[in-house]
Amino acid sequence: MQGRVKMKLLLVDDEEKFVARLAERLALRGYQADWATTFEEALAKVGRETYDIAVLDIKMPTMSGIDLKKRMEQMVPEMKFIFVTGHGSEHDYDTVCKEALCCIIKPFKIEALIEKIEQALTL
Amino acid sequence: MNLFKYMVSLAAHLKPRFWKAGASETQGQILFNYRKFWLFSITVRSLVSLVPIAILFMFTYMLENKAIKNENHLHTVRLTSNTRRTLTYFFEERLDALRFIIQEEKFETLNNPDSLSYILRNLQRGFGGFIDLGLINESGLQTNYVGPFDLKQRNYRDQKWFANCIENGSYLSEVFLGYRKLPHIIIALKRAVNNDSFYILRATLDIKKLIQILSSLELSERSEAFICNREGRLQTPSRYYGKLLERMDLPIPEFSRYSQVKEAVDNAGSPILIGYAYIENSPYILMLVKRSEEIMKGWYSLRKEINWIFGISVIATLIVVLGISTLMVNKIFDADQKRLRAMERLESSGRLISIGRLAAGVAHEINNPLAVIGENAGLIDDIFKLNKEYQGDQQLKELIAAVLESVERCGEITKQLLEFARHFETKIEAINLKRTISGVLSFLRKEALYRNIAIDIDIPEDFPVIYSDYGSLQQIFLNLINNAFQAMDKGGRLEIFATRPAEGYVGISVRDNGCGIPEEDRNEIFEPFFTTKGMRGGTGLGLSITFGLVRKLRGEISLDSKIGEGTTFTVTLPIRYAGESKNEALTG
Repeated sequence: MQGRVKMKLLLVDDEEKFVARLAERLALRGYQADWATTFEEALAKVGRETYDIAVLDIKMPTMSGIDLKKRMEQMVPEMKFIFVTGHGSEHDYDTVCKEALCCIIKPFKIEALIEKIEQALTL
Repeated sequence: MNLFKYMVSLAAHLKPRFWKAGASETQGQILFNYRKFWLFSITVRSLVSLVPIAILFMFTYMLENKAIKNENHLHTVRLTSNTRRTLTYFFEERLDALRFIIQEEKFETLNNPDSLSYILRNLQRGFGGFIDLGLINESGLQTNYVGPFDLKQRNYRDQKWFANCIENGSYLSEVFLGYRKLPHIIIALKRAVNNDSFYILRATLDIKKLIQILSSLELSERSEAFICNREGRLQTPSRYYGKLLERMDLPIPEFSRYSQVKEAVDNAGSPILIGYAYIENSPYILMLVKRSEEIMKGWYSLRKEINWIFGISVIATLIVVLGISTLMVNKIFDADQKRLRAMERLESSGRLISIGRLAAGVAHEINNPLAVIGENAGLIDDIFKLNKEYQGDQQLKELIAAVLESVERCGEITKQLLEFARHFETKIEAINLKRTISGVLSFLRKEALYRNIAIDIDIPEDFPVIYSDYGSLQQIFLNLINNAFQAMDKGGRLEIFATRPAEGYVGISVRDNGCGIPEEDRNEIFEPFFTTKGMRGGTGLGLSITFGLVRKLRGEISLDSKIGEGTTFTVTLPIRYAGESKNEALTG
């Protein structure tokens, strides 16, 4: 209940069981969170509505989180990004560190994500 | 004492190190080759050095043997020849004396007992050896006789010597016993009167004079000289080869006009050397018998010396050959061992790296489903907390808490696994190792205090500053010190000290006096999930992460451990990190 009413989040992950529950839990904590499991869906949502922060999985089929972020950035330049990943390969890290605010490795506690969200918003 | 020490160290040089080493299967083949090579080297070297020595000694042997034999032959021939001359002269001298008398004195004088007795006395005085003197007429009757026996009027007509003397004009007899039963020699000389008439002057000689001549030869103990007649009957006594006037035990040497030497074998089968000479105008053969063993006595003592020298040179050669072969094969063996160990080290670090990759792969795959579990369980937890319906259900709350806790624990493990394999970006900066380690220790002071562990840091102030990644180093030392703490009971002692293992490298050792690491575990200690902490918790990743970090910094980690005495981990790091890094310029 500590979240700001106005803030909107978009969660993108190919694992529906993960992303749907995460959205629900964030909602319980006062964050308005939408979710998508494919990049098309995600891009469509970004086109329709305005989001403050996108939480993207790095490894997804057909389009990686990094590419997706670039597409979204073109559409909404002021949007902020947080990456989550179960993979911690060197390549991912090198790229992510340049591209995003931060990267959280799965599995994580929801408090950790909220902390990052709050950080991102204060910037 | 010193000699003993020297011998011990010599023996150590001769002992092949590779002989006993390694019962392990993989080394079996190599070891077999070492032994074969060693034996081959010894055989070839021994042959090459011993065969010439043996040939040389054999030649020396043969030459010496021949030289000594020749010398002996020569000596014997000379002696025989001289003695023959003496004997020939002895007989001729006496015959000449008789010849002088028979020419000088008239028949009447010779037939007068008094004057003949006078002549005999003169002969005995002048020459010695004359026993008696007799005058025999042409019918063989002894008409006058002077001497110790009563032989006057004895008739010699039928005796062989009488006929012989008539025919040849003179006669020299063999030794015989005759009427008087004493060994003696007779010499006789005929003088013709007018045409058909003649008379004979006959003298008897003692053989004592002959024996004297022979015994004056100064022969060695088992050698002797004697005279035999042409049938081989001994004319003078012999110690070893038969009785007087009997057939001697040696073969009769064949006739020769000169002094001769021949090798023969006596009755007992011992080799002997016989020098002999036929004495002119007499029935005698001079025999000089030497025992070969006696002759060769000098040679035997020389041979003994040669044998000693040969034996000593063979032993010395063998020791040198053995020493050189062992030294050589030992050196090869040591080099091989070194290479083998280096290969093993490489192999083990290669294995660790691939294990790390595998572990990271597994961790990646597990993280996603873990996240699903985590979020779903998290939502249930949220619902329980918000929904009044479930708020009182303590059991459900506990169940879900257990799930969440397990997810967290799994996440921790996979994160550590990833850390082990992952190469984080390194940030190279100048690092004072002493300060870094002190920083790490500040995290652990409390635990050390609580567990009563004494900590010693021995890093000199002028220890070189190294260029490396601070975060990694922190992690490395934190893990090692933590590890040491876990190995020790209360009241342990931790030492951290610096070394300089090689140019361009520094070493930091962390030594505990804890329980030590069993030998069989030492190879696996850096592998992920290897843990001895068992029930006490720990993921078994600490040391593998440390290993990964040290490798990342282009360093090496090694350990030295003794059960019950403690373990020392040594991290060797390059002073200048030479890896490719974007931040390399950012030193300081």
